[in-house]
Parts: sequence; C-alpha cells; structure tokens
Amino acid sequence: MPSVSENQATLEEDIMKNSNWKSIVWYPLCVLSLVVLTPLVGYAQESGVSQEMFTVNNTWMLVATFLVFIMHLGFACLESGLTQSKNTANILFKNTTIVAIGLVTYAFVGFNLMYPGDFSIGQFFGFAGFGLDPGVDGNTIAYADGAYTYWTDFIFQAMFAATGATIVSGAVAERIKLSSFLVFTTIFVALVYTIAGSWKWGGGWLDQMGFYDFAGSTLVHSVGGWGALAGVIVLGPRLGKYVDGQIRGIAGHSMPLAAIGVFLLWLGWFGFNGGSVLSADAELVSLVFVTTCLAASTGILGAMLTSWFLQNKPDLSMVLNGMLAGLVGITAGADTVSVNSAMLIGLIAGAIVVGSVLLIDRAKLDDPVGAVSVHLVCGIWGTLAVGIFSTNADHSFVTQLIGVLAYGAFVFPAALIIFYGLKATLGLRVSAEEEREGLDVSEHGMQAYGGA
Amino acid sequence: MKLITAIIKPHMLDEVRDALSKAGTKGLTVTEVRGFGRQKGHTETYRGAEYSVDFVPKIKIEIVVDDGEVDGVIGAISQSARTGEIGDGKIFVGNIENAVRIRTGEAGVAAL
Repeated sequence: MPSVSENQATLEEDIMKNSNWKSIVWYPLCVLSLVVLTPLVGYAQESGVSQEMFTVNNTWMLVATFLVFIMHLGFACLESGLTQSKNTANILFKNTTIVAIGLVTYAFVGFNLMYPGDFSIGQFFGFAGFGLDPGVDGNTIAYADGAYTYWTDFIFQAMFAATGATIVSGAVAERIKLSSFLVFTTIFVALVYTIAGSWKWGGGWLDQMGFYDFAGSTLVHSVGGWGALAGVIVLGPRLGKYVDGQIRGIAGHSMPLAAIGVFLLWLGWFGFNGGSVLSADAELVSLVFVTTCLAASTGILGAMLTSWFLQNKPDLSMVLNGMLAGLVGITAGADTVSVNSAMLIGLIAGAIVVGSVLLIDRAKLDDPVGAVSVHLVCGIWGTLAVGIFSTNADHSFVTQLIGVLAYGAFVFPAALIIFYGLKATLGLRVSAEEEREGLDVSEHGMQAYGGA
Repeated sequence: MKLITAIIKPHMLDEVRDALSKAGTKGLTVTEVRGFGRQKGHTETYRGAEYSVDFVPKIKIEIVVDDGEVDGVIGAISQSARTGEIGDGKIFVGNIENAVRIRTGEAGVAAL
C-alpha cells in the first residue's frame, strides 16, 4: 500500500496539473457567485420570512378579511332587529348596497387615496392613481415583508372601508331617502373615509406625529360615528319619537335578530383586530384575540350594571350595545395594552354607551340603533384610552387627543356638508306618509314580511 | 243558527278548546287579534323611553251553532276561559241567516 506521504505527493501532483484552468476560471467564478448571491440571501434573511411563512401570513390575512366581511351580515341583522318590521327590506337593501359601494369605490379610488405612497398636499392628501395595480413585486414576499400580497392588502382594507360606511345606515334608518343615502355613502366612503384614513394608516401627518390607532377606533368607528351624528342632526327624528316634550320609545321588532347581529359582529372582530396585526405573528394575534374578547365581555357587564342601575330593569338592547362598545373601545389599542387594561377599557365603554344612548335621546337626537353612542363616543374613548393605558411609551394622551379632534374637525363638517347638500337638492327624507306606511312599501314596493 | 264570538286571553285557548270538544262542538275558527276593554293598555320602556301598548293580544273564537246549543257553548267557554283577572274577555251572540257546506252544498243547520 502506498504510504500517506506518497498519496499526498500524488495528490499534490494532480492538483498542480489542473490548477491552471481552475485557478483562472473556476475558483474566481465561485467567489464571484458568492459575492453576488450572498446579499440576496442576506435580503431574505433581513425580512426574515420564508416562502412558507409568507403563505401562512397571507392566509391568516385572508381569513381575517372574510371575518370582517361577515360583520355586514351582523350589521344587517342588528339594524333590522332594532327597527320596525315595516322598514326591514329597506334596511337590508341599504346594507347590501353599502358593501358593493364600499368595495367598488375602494377598487377605483379608495385604496389609492388611503395609501397614496407619496403625499402631494402636505402630508394630508395624496393619490396613487385610479384602479388597482400590484406592480412588479405586488404578489411576492417583497411587497410587505412577506406578510401579505397586494391583493390581500386591497381586499382586507376594502372590507374595513365598507364597515366604516355601514355604521351610518343604522342611525339614519326608517326615514332617510334611499337615493340620497346611496349618494352620501358613495361620497363618504370614497373620499372622506379614505383621505382621513391616509393621515394615519397611509403614513400621513398623524402617523408621523405618533398618533396610534391599531385597528380603527378612530379611523373606522369614529369616522362612521361622525357621519352618523351628522345624519341624525340633519335628518331629524322619526315621526312620533319626540312628542309634547316626551321621548317615545319606538320598539325594535326582533330582539333575536339584534342578538344574532351583535354576535356576528363579535365574530367578525376576530378578523377586524386579529388581522390588523398585519401578519400571522403568533404572539400579537393571540394577544389581540384575548384583549378583544375580554373587552367585549366587560363591555357587556358594564352595560348590564349601568342599565340595571339607571333603568331599574336590565335592558337587552343596551347589553348588546355594550358588547359592541367594549369591542370598539379596545380596537385602538388591542395590541398595546395589558389584559387588565383591556378589561377596564371595555367595562368603561359599556358604562359609557348606556349613558350616551340615554343622553343623546334626551338631546332629541334620534338614533334608532345607538350607532353614535357605540361608534363615535366609544371610538373616541378607545382612542384616548391608548394614551392612558398603552404599554408603549411613544403613545401619549395629547397625541391621541389631537388625532380625535383632527378627525372630528374634518369628517363631521364634511358629512354635514354632504347631508345638507343632499337635503337641498335630492331631498333627504321620505314624506310623512311614506314614513308612516313604511319604507319597504314606499321605497321598494314590497314587504320584508309580506303576507304572513 | 247563532254566531258565538268569544274574545279570550291567548294562553287560555287550549283549555277552552278542550272544554268545547267535551261540549260536542263540531268546529270553530280561531283568529289572533288585539284589543282592549277595561284592561286598557300598559306602558313598556324601550332604551329608556316609555311607550304605551294600547292593544293587548287576544284570541277570537268564532263558532256557529244551532240555537239550542248556544247556552252549552257559552257555559263551556266561560268556565274554561275564566281566570278572575281583568282581561278575561267577552262572549257575543249574533244571528246567522244561513250556512253552506262547500264540499257538499248542504245548507242550513245540516251544514253545521
């Protein structure tokens, strides 16, 4: 057998024979490839997301999308339940068309108004063009660090826009003219919601100031709430609601439908808040599930106790509103407050909403479903609560307050202008005769509960 | 022939129906109605605001019988529908000129 040293010598001879071609071409090529490819490997490692995680993240975001979608069924049921049966087909019609208007306007202009990329007027307004375009890397890991694709981004945010729009429909129910409402909704969701939303989620001036709204207590709920308040003011109360200085109750026709509605909304909130993590991050999504559900629970309890105390007997519709109040309240900070804080936020929201419903009624503002109380009042509370309870030191009460006031200063007058404009042109309200007859017959020529 | 119209409390219907069966009644018609007498309405609250419910749900029973059966039917209904509380209802008796069985064309008492 050859010795080790003899093998070593043979090896060296072989290497020497081949070394010229290798050293000139092969080894430099290897080194060059490594130099070129390593940064790309480094890029993937910087975003830290594999193809598998990209799929996981994106899938969760799509699940969240259809959870938010189901909130429209929730709103439809809730609003139907809390209003009179002679208007139910009209309520359902409005809720159906709102989804359509919301999604379609978002596709044409909304998405690019809310996320303009670059702002053209200060950090207040920007527009990335009409229509949707994923671009070269829209559906790759590069688009959002592997969290979701462009299409997911669009459809998820589009569902949010539609829910913002539908908040108004309950407050103006039973007396608004259908055509005027559709015009209002189109303008409101296409322009007002989106431009306002760009200030924070689109990276605008409020975002730069440090204002925080995790899932939309301000951007969705208070925006919808301001629209609802404007509608209630301009429209006026339902006939027979305030008579001889008395407040007359106009009972909803189906408490079961109302209850089904709010539970569907809670279900949707798993996606509304869970999806606002904007990835399938295990820690954050699971935390958000917990804070969201606990706030809903204490919202129910807070409303129950307040209703029992103020009204002698606990009111079911108030407790249903209380659930929503807790959910709206936690929406601004579900990922940034402690579990105990979440429960406190919900409890206070539940108490606030009951008081708000009663006070708003006393102010002779007729809100059949309590939309202003749930979405505007508790939306503001939830936003400010971030400034009080957030575990993130960058959040401050003052900044949150500035955000609240800024949105109010823009959205409320905008909604008023649209409503007054419609009042002066198309007319905002149905006639007294039509209102008495019921909007099902007068606006749709049919009855939701016809015959039976 | 007489038409007996009875307005009773809804939850007494089962007992009244049993009593009428025992009394030999061959048929009746039941309608869900609303109304008030001395019971008047009552107030309920909805989200903090009161509203009066003027009309109270009732059940209307209509039976057409031969003249001789009237007292028996009135007695059966009265005893079975009575609770002793305001709102028990009333029974009215009116004349019926004719009756026809649609399937056979029989008329008069034979149609009952």
